[in-house]
Amino acid sequence: MSLDTSLDSKHALRAARLTELRRFARRFLRNPLGVLGLVIVLLLLFTAAFAPLLATHDPYLPTLAARLSAPSAEYWFGADELGRDIYSRLVYGSRLTLLIVGLVIVTSAPIGLVIGAISGTAGGWVDAIFMRITDVFLSIPKLLLALAFVAALGPGIFNAALAITLTAWPPYARLARAEALVIRNADFVNAIRLAGASEARIVFFHIIPMCLSSVIVRMTFDMAGIILTAAGLGFIGLGAQPPLPEWGAMISTGRKFIFDQWWVATIPGAAIFIVSLGFNLLGDALRDLLDPHLRQRN
Amino acid sequence: MTSRPLRLVTGIATWLLTVAITLLGLAALTFFIGRILPIDPVLSIVGEKALPEVYDRVYLELGLDKPIWQQFAEYVLKLLRGDFGTSFSTSRPVLTDLISFFPATLELSTIGLLIGVALGVPMGVASAYWHEKWPDHVIRIVGLIGYSVPVFWLGLVGLYVFYYLLDWVSGPGQLDVFYVGVVDRVTGMILIDSALAGEWDIFWNAVSHMTLPALLLGYYSLAYISRMTRSVMLDQLSREYVLTARLKGASEFGVVVGHALRNAAIPLVTVIALSYGGLLEGSVLIETIFSWPGIGNYIYSSLFSADMNAVLGGTLLVGIVFVFLNMLSDVLYRVLDPRSRELAK
Repeated sequence: MSLDTSLDSKHALRAARLTELRRFARRFLRNPLGVLGLVIVLLLLFTAAFAPLLATHDPYLPTLAARLSAPSAEYWFGADELGRDIYSRLVYGSRLTLLIVGLVIVTSAPIGLVIGAISGTAGGWVDAIFMRITDVFLSIPKLLLALAFVAALGPGIFNAALAITLTAWPPYARLARAEALVIRNADFVNAIRLAGASEARIVFFHIIPMCLSSVIVRMTFDMAGIILTAAGLGFIGLGAQPPLPEWGAMISTGRKFIFDQWWVATIPGAAIFIVSLGFNLLGDALRDLLDPHLRQRN
Repeated sequence: MTSRPLRLVTGIATWLLTVAITLLGLAALTFFIGRILPIDPVLSIVGEKALPEVYDRVYLELGLDKPIWQQFAEYVLKLLRGDFGTSFSTSRPVLTDLISFFPATLELSTIGLLIGVALGVPMGVASAYWHEKWPDHVIRIVGLIGYSVPVFWLGLVGLYVFYYLLDWVSGPGQLDVFYVGVVDRVTGMILIDSALAGEWDIFWNAVSHMTLPALLLGYYSLAYISRMTRSVMLDQLSREYVLTARLKGASEFGVVVGHALRNAAIPLVTVIALSYGGLLEGSVLIETIFSWPGIGNYIYSSLFSADMNAVLGGTLLVGIVFVFLNMLSDVLYRVLDPRSRELAK
């Protein structure tokens, strides 16, 4: 009997979740800009996954005869200073963009969440120390801090990702702390505490999950920022090193030819712009849907 | 029940302590980046090709033979005396370099901020007033593009279109070559210096060089300012006092600007102070594109000579400016908002 009711409630729960998901999808589809953002992001994922099939040339192979040739049927977006096809390099570059964004997101969000949740739950001097550290990191512009980090660590794609991570976690810590402060004394948390759960369990199983919807929104926006910072580092010469087709680095080599061969620098920049616009549009749409404060206001 | 002046004094004291701790943390961060992260901090300062004597001298100068906490204490004491180390590319003290490069950055980013405020605030207000109507959508998209565009790329495209193709503005640099060094340096800000000297040719030449980078920085801050103005104004316009003002027959302009915007002004001060800090970041990339002789360009060229003292000095300076902007916005908030004065009691 009891088994049946739990099975029933499981079915009911699943059905309810499915309806909720459908409603969510329907509301999302009503926002054309959000859909555009989603399409751009999916396109980026698709390009990265099928890069070898989509590319028309070898992205690394120099063809000196084609040096700096203009966009044509052979070279869709022209060729760079070594005669490499810019289109194929863009296609392969999408992998590097995703690699950096992925590395930064999977490291910075959890670090920030754990620090913030512990800080907010523990309170007292732990909170004071953690929040001072967060403030210090927030008090230097991200790009500059990342730049100083990479300057010390040495250039390269992994060091760039590490440096961006070190600058990207504080907002998550703030977010998780604010959430933790609100719910650490909520009735349900006290109930769990009375039931004998450890503080660690409360942090990991109850406070962090509560932050997830705000974190997802924050992450989507952050991805746009990470792409721009990574491209900035690449442009300065501290990110991915040649011959890797990183978009920021491609702009930096094309910079010398900006007046005579405009396509070398401008086309990779357009790619960065479109991708980061896609993440921003998606983030905007998700925030409108997920942010409980906004939902009440509308 | 303590007396009011006493509370005020303790309030200011705690606040100063917080700022001091943040600045100390900033120093700890640059210390960490400069001394602990590199495998060999001496090499990262003097470079691979340094002579052994130079290496040893720097090794002792850095005090690397001492324990870490002592090194840090000495580092902080040096910073307090204004000693940021010596730049190995210009062989001058980093602080002297920073002081000579900072005014150009300050000038450019201030003009950028003025542009951003002059356009961003009205755009944000319009966006909130016509909430979910077409002006709102247009302004939001303009803002989103500003958020998404790599600013250095926009600089290159701008140079190509407005300098090379259309020839509306002057190219990179602060002045045309034959004007450089004509005006005496007073403030280091070229517009002010040339105006003081009465050299209007040079003034207009500088304006023409500054237009593009300043507009780009302005756009960059506009994106943030208009978005924040929108959300603050949306909040204000939904309040009951707005309805009251309308019922009393105030004009729409009076309601929006005279009532709602006035109340929104207080949080906006914070937003503007913060976006000023953001401009310092944007100017690093913009300055390298436009060969602007400011902090950003200084840091950029120091990176290439692996001049860590200069890079960290520049980072520290921008960080300190950031902290002070935050302080300023805190103070302004308290001065402007009577409620936070009440709360402070």
